[in-house]
Amino acid sequence: MEHSMRVKHHPILGEAEERKTVTIYFDGEPLQAYEGEPIAAALISAGHRAFRTTQKEHKPRGIFCAIGRCTDCMMIVDGKPNTRTCITLVRDGMKVETQHGLA
Amino acid sequence: MKKFETEIAIIGAGSAGLSAAIQAASAGAKVLVIDENKRPGGQLFKQIHKFFGSQEHKAGIRGYQIGQELLRQVEESGAEVMLDSLAYGLFPDLQMGLIHQGKAAVVEAKKYIIAAGAKENYLSFPGSTLPGVMGAGAAQTMININRVLPGKKIVMVGSGNVGLIVSYQLMQAGAEVVSLVEAADKIGGYAVHAGKIRRAGVPILTSTTIKRILGETEVTGVELVDLDSSFGEIPGSERIIDCDTVCLAVGLNPMTELAWMAGCQFEYLAPFGGHVPLHDENMETTVPGVYVAGDVTGVEEASTAMEEGNLAGIAAAEALGYLTPAAAAEKKQAVYNRLAVLRSGPFGEGRRQLKQKQLAAMETYKKKMGGAAVQ
Repeated sequence: MEHSMRVKHHPILGEAEERKTVTIYFDGEPLQAYEGEPIAAALISAGHRAFRTTQKEHKPRGIFCAIGRCTDCMMIVDGKPNTRTCITLVRDGMKVETQHGLA
Repeated sequence: MKKFETEIAIIGAGSAGLSAAIQAASAGAKVLVIDENKRPGGQLFKQIHKFFGSQEHKAGIRGYQIGQELLRQVEESGAEVMLDSLAYGLFPDLQMGLIHQGKAAVVEAKKYIIAAGAKENYLSFPGSTLPGVMGAGAAQTMININRVLPGKKIVMVGSGNVGLIVSYQLMQAGAEVVSLVEAADKIGGYAVHAGKIRRAGVPILTSTTIKRILGETEVTGVELVDLDSSFGEIPGSERIIDCDTVCLAVGLNPMTELAWMAGCQFEYLAPFGGHVPLHDENMETTVPGVYVAGDVTGVEEASTAMEEGNLAGIAAAEALGYLTPAAAAEKKQAVYNRLAVLRSGPFGEGRRQLKQKQLAAMETYKKKMGGAAVQ
């Protein structure tokens, strides 16, 4: 899953607006993201869907609700654990790390 | 600690909250709408389909356009919308705790309208924690707000309107919907939505469920199984289909935390999504000065949420003396009339009866308390 995950053309919403890109780092790997989008959207568009591992069974987990309610998408963002990546917007140079358990 | 004083504090800048704000502020009340998100509009902006009903219910208009219209009216009304502000507690002395732009703050208001909405239900089965399993609403947010596909080959679980509409919208965004799976023996949502899905060639498999999801690090497929009339699995009917994403459209539940904290009385109404706060015809709860509106009072639709918001906004403004009882009664009657239409027909009738039950439970409570709980 690569950049084709971006919905560029849409029959109702029209063409995607031109947006400024920023660079974020996912576990050290630089990724292009659009300014103002949530971290989760940037990661998924780059093909990453596992955001954290669960506390007891160490199973991978990704987004569930995408509106900031379920906390399934928590990651370590700029050193801050338990950050909801579905509602936290990217910032140029942001460091996003996979969270293990409760970090 | 920062303190925000206002006459009416509204929690949630979605369909219900914005409608309440427009009513109350245009009547002259000082209104502060609080929302934890960085953009207002709640879940309206991901609704890219046309709404149903008659013209006065904004039929034929797409959800995001309704959102734009509400925001324009809010601005005109003079209500203030404060974003990045998470309401974490509503205390019995009617102070509200807030995390405003990362810092603790307090809200002091004469009236509160809780319009916190609902969140999606989860369904637990083997493999359901794998990355790629998500709420249908989450997928809808990803495609219509963030414009990112959550996956390319989707299996949708649940044939209510959310499952049907989001399936269609996933196709509009460029994904393939492999199958729509429904445990009941018939399709749950509107025939017009189901018809579009079927026309697009997507099989809607009734009396079918997911036995397990396949994949080690993320979803790679699902094993389906047929169900008998008592929802028992039919041995030997198992088959595997490839997909990379499973969306769950299995209902929502009201976000009632603030109403519980405030001490509101509740009733369990399963088709409304679980425990819902009791309220009267003014949308006021058993705690005087605390109103509720929208999905938090029982999961329905954006159109009913807007009307309940209208009611709560009118009633709160009336209680503060900004509307005469006669003027308020006239405005409320117009809303009741529109709500009666929204809660009629084969799909609405059940919701009308539930709402009657909820209002009746409120009456019973008032009688039990000898009217003491009501202003």
